Amino acid sequence: MDEFNRILEQTLAEFIAPTTAAYAMAAIGLNLHFGYTGLLNMGQAGFMLLGAYGFGIATMAGLPFPVAILVALAAGTVFALILGMPTLQLRGDYLAIVTISAAEIIRWIGRSTWLQEWTGGASGLQGRDYKDSFHATSPLGDGRMALGPLEYINTGSDSWWTRIFAWGLVALVLLFVWLITRSPWGRVLKGIREDEDAVRALGKNVYAYKMQALVLGGAIGALGGVLYALPLAIAPDAMSRTMTFFVWTVMLLGGAATVFGPVLGSMVFFAAYMLMRTGMRAVADNTGIGDVITTSNVEQIGGMLVGVTLMLLVIFRPQGILGNKRELAFNAH
Amino acid sequence: MTADRPTRATVLRRTAAALAIALAPLAVATPLATAATGTGTSTGVATTTATGVPTTTTSDVATDCKPDDTTACVAAFVLTDENERIPDVAVTITGPDGFSAAFTTSSEVQAVAVPTSGQYTATIDPTTLPADQPLPEGAPAELEVTAQTGGVARAAFRVGADAAAPPAQSETSSAPADDGQEAATDAGDGVGAAPEGDASERSFSWGQVWQQIGSGLRFGLLLALASIGLNLIFGTTGLSNFAHGEQFALGGALGYLTINTMGMSIWLGGLLTIAVCALTGLAQDAGIWRPLRRRGTPIMQMMIVSIGLSIALQFFIQFLIGGGTERILTSNPRPWTLLGITLSAASWISMGVAVVCMVAVAWFLTRTRIGRATRAVSDNPALAAATGIDPDKIVRIVWVVATGFAALAGLMWGISFGAVNWQLGVQLLLLMFAAVTLGGLGTAFGALVGSILIGLVVELSNLFIQSDLRYASALVILILVLLFRPQGILGRRERIG
Amino acid sequence: MPTDESITTTPESVADTAAAAAVAPVTTHHQQVLAKLATVDHVPGAAKPDAIITADHVTRRFGGMTAVDVDHLEVQEGAITALIGPNGAGKTTFFNLLTGFDRPNQGSWTFQGRSLSGKSAAAVAKIGVVRTFQLTKALSRLTVLQNMLLASTHNPGENLWLSWLPFTWQKHEKAATEKAMEILARFKLDTKASDFAGSLSGGQRKLLEMARALMTDPTVIMLDEPMAGVNPALVQSLLGHIQALRDEGMTVLFVEHDMHAVRHISDWVVVMAEGRIVAEGPPASVMRDQAVVDAYLGAHHDTDLGDDSLLDPKILARLEAEEEKR
Repeated sequence: MDEFNRILEQTLAEFIAPTTAAYAMAAIGLNLHFGYTGLLNMGQAGFMLLGAYGFGIATMAGLPFPVAILVALAAGTVFALILGMPTLQLRGDYLAIVTISAAEIIRWIGRSTWLQEWTGGASGLQGRDYKDSFHATSPLGDGRMALGPLEYINTGSDSWWTRIFAWGLVALVLLFVWLITRSPWGRVLKGIREDEDAVRALGKNVYAYKMQALVLGGAIGALGGVLYALPLAIAPDAMSRTMTFFVWTVMLLGGAATVFGPVLGSMVFFAAYMLMRTGMRAVADNTGIGDVITTSNVEQIGGMLVGVTLMLLVIFRPQGILGNKRELAFNAH
Repeated sequence: MTADRPTRATVLRRTAAALAIALAPLAVATPLATAATGTGTSTGVATTTATGVPTTTTSDVATDCKPDDTTACVAAFVLTDENERIPDVAVTITGPDGFSAAFTTSSEVQAVAVPTSGQYTATIDPTTLPADQPLPEGAPAELEVTAQTGGVARAAFRVGADAAAPPAQSETSSAPADDGQEAATDAGDGVGAAPEGDASERSFSWGQVWQQIGSGLRFGLLLALASIGLNLIFGTTGLSNFAHGEQFALGGALGYLTINTMGMSIWLGGLLTIAVCALTGLAQDAGIWRPLRRRGTPIMQMMIVSIGLSIALQFFIQFLIGGGTERILTSNPRPWTLLGITLSAASWISMGVAVVCMVAVAWFLTRTRIGRATRAVSDNPALAAATGIDPDKIVRIVWVVATGFAALAGLMWGISFGAVNWQLGVQLLLLMFAAVTLGGLGTAFGALVGSILIGLVVELSNLFIQSDLRYASALVILILVLLFRPQGILGRRERIG
Repeated sequence: MPTDESITTTPESVADTAAAAAVAPVTTHHQQVLAKLATVDHVPGAAKPDAIITADHVTRRFGGMTAVDVDHLEVQEGAITALIGPNGAGKTTFFNLLTGFDRPNQGSWTFQGRSLSGKSAAAVAKIGVVRTFQLTKALSRLTVLQNMLLASTHNPGENLWLSWLPFTWQKHEKAATEKAMEILARFKLDTKASDFAGSLSGGQRKLLEMARALMTDPTVIMLDEPMAGVNPALVQSLLGHIQALRDEGMTVLFVEHDMHAVRHISDWVVVMAEGRIVAEGPPASVMRDQAVVDAYLGAHHDTDLGDDSLLDPKILARLEAEEEKR
């Protein structure tokens, strides 16, 4: 029974985990790209990694916390501009190949010895090197606090303050995205998603709108990278294609082109992922299945299930949990 | 219908972006020149320290390698935070073609001769470190270095409680410990930089370029064998199959299981691997892709389905062979020298098989009825269907052929390069995309040309940039091609309007 | 009725004008336009009294093939001009060039004396030349009303910086909604305002596309095959709408295959073949022009292009089949 409670507790914890918030944030950005504008960004992890580096390196250079956040946003913006300028006029799948490649280039440069002085090479940046300025912003002080079964320290990496800050930022960005996507500006984006030539024929500068969406979504992705780095460290290899694909899964699970889809998707995804892994581990430890499926296989089976979930989701419920079947974001042509 | 052809302004924008991207690798050379000299330590006279060897496949070696025009050396040493060498640490050097050598460190630098240029991995056994000098938390116990003829590639490990804090991060207490890589790759990467330091370590020879062209051709041919399938699938169905990299890795993984673990002969194991993988293609088409085509699923949706499949397969491969790097063949490779290029016998045979397979594909596509039908489906599926060709049948054949060749390529890759791991597919997929885009998406023979070019770029790029950025260089080229010639080298610009 | 003062005009064209006048409900505006057009020579590239669009030496090549090679063309302001020609004559490509959706190899064109060459599609639309597409581009997963509102010009809410402040654009949005509902009512789409555009029938989509174009208050509206795929029951009302646009003072340029429609509503017909303009003139006279008959039908010299029998799908199918064999 204790075991069962522990599993439930861990699952519950995932709903409000800072990492869940980070993925939600990245998925909000991706939703702006894909859900609203139809841009196939396959390199969201690249935006996140750049955001994390921007924040971490700026902090280590002695810049105050809010400025470091701005640096992260600027990094995402510049990356989006560089990617968008040449590719937004090409066919959609070219953007996919360019973004996935560019994200990999960022990772390889980050882990290479070339810029090791700043990026820390393959082992990345240690959390303690850049977290102090964030912890200093905490109004909660020291000590621990329990809320129901969840108990964390007030200030620190895996703390209440990290959670409050991350989810507060997500709420703020969500409000902003909600406002802009229900505006005439958001309507133009949806028009572009449907048929950019039609929108062009009505006198709208499609290129400019696509660029705005790419930059905004990319900057939000970079912010997601900062949130991801706050409770952990900045490790380039942890932020590669698998992360991008997880963000896609999160967005599609919640429902593309919906406001709360990314947040709900992230919560459901990570809670289910945790439940599955802890559950399997418990089963493997306590029953005869453990002889067949060892604890170390749990991660692998979990990963396989994520892949299969993504496939089934896209095939059978492409509109996700919250989406409207008639307004799903996949283009019919 | 619309032609988003570049106006003068967009050309300018593209050029600016391209320059920004292109400058990145160029800039690499600059910090290198300084990095290389700073960390270079004297080679000294090596004492031979033959030791007990941990694995049966590893040979005792002489550790007094001296680089010359035909010899490449890999050195490994373990440094304390006071830059003193720690003796008696067990080191294993593994590399392409199944090369493996083990020795223990001494107070001098130990260098072993390696058969070919290429990537080598130096691994230390942390248990042999002195108790007061542990490997810092998070620091790798293995380093990858690039060996070049005429140079010594050094792998420097840093240990100790305050290990290896590089000057810039001296306030940290457990900084990453792989800064040895800076020194490690100096032999190759220093070429093109100012000729400082030990001349014998940074000599540039045309023989070395020739050797790397050979490696590039090997890379390119195997890549081509894998990408032909990707291109055929794209041509006939329009799908950019993100799971194709895993099909490649699956070939290597099953090869490892059948040949190494189960002990089958290489031919039996190889055939079985290819058959099983081709069956996965058949099953995939029947179970996933054909039903989706029937439902008229948008291609973008199918692409994301293939991403899901790629994630699932990737973890499945990890499930099969674990998270480490495995060798398919356990015997030491025999080097063969042809036209002045030294590669392992297995590599030469793999290249030969790849060439034969590609000739067969060419013959199939141009001379057989089904092959011509395949090209017809690529050109215009509706028209092909109207002329009595069954596109479903063609696509099924394409899936079988594509997955079969991917498996063969993955298997031969594992044998030639000496190692398979679960990330192989992820690594190769983008290079395959680069190759087919370079050659022209969907064009029948574009994949070959593009692959050879990518192979050469990857293998030759470490003459100019750091070896750990060599895959990045291929992707930079991919992006440049997309910007300036989106239809690829062999592709035709589509008629617009 | 206008008097025929042109030297080259044949008595035939008087009959043309009379015929056109008889078919269409004649307004004063229309009479003026016809009077002006009556003075124009029936030759390719003829000068018009009030040319709103003028194109010069426009060529577009695809590989070795020249798709468009227009030496000179003037489009009369306030008239309905039809652009006809056999398949592959370059009509749509020419449309794409004029509206900035394609770039020519060479050539220039002006709108109200201002150069349009090299302008982007969006810029062309902003100036007041709005087009529709051969394959309708209704934005399926937007509602009919959203489709209309999207076309509203100078909407402050379409600026990213203002978009998140609803009070900056709500006034405009309200006015635009009223205007959109008015136009929708005219096209009998007002009851569908909150439906997804994807749920409309083919003909309704054509109407929506035209209604959407009107939201921009265009000076020139360019319609690419407005009758294609439209239910015959809707054709008549569609034709009526197009005439109404002209009567409101808009210039209409349209590409069409339906000869009945062309004969019925156009004031002027321009014939293209193999990328060139081969004839110009009022509908009835142009369709009897030998060059047009040659270019258009090849072997079918005896067929009157204005013949309503061409509306018969069976006959059309036979003609097409013969064309294939040739």
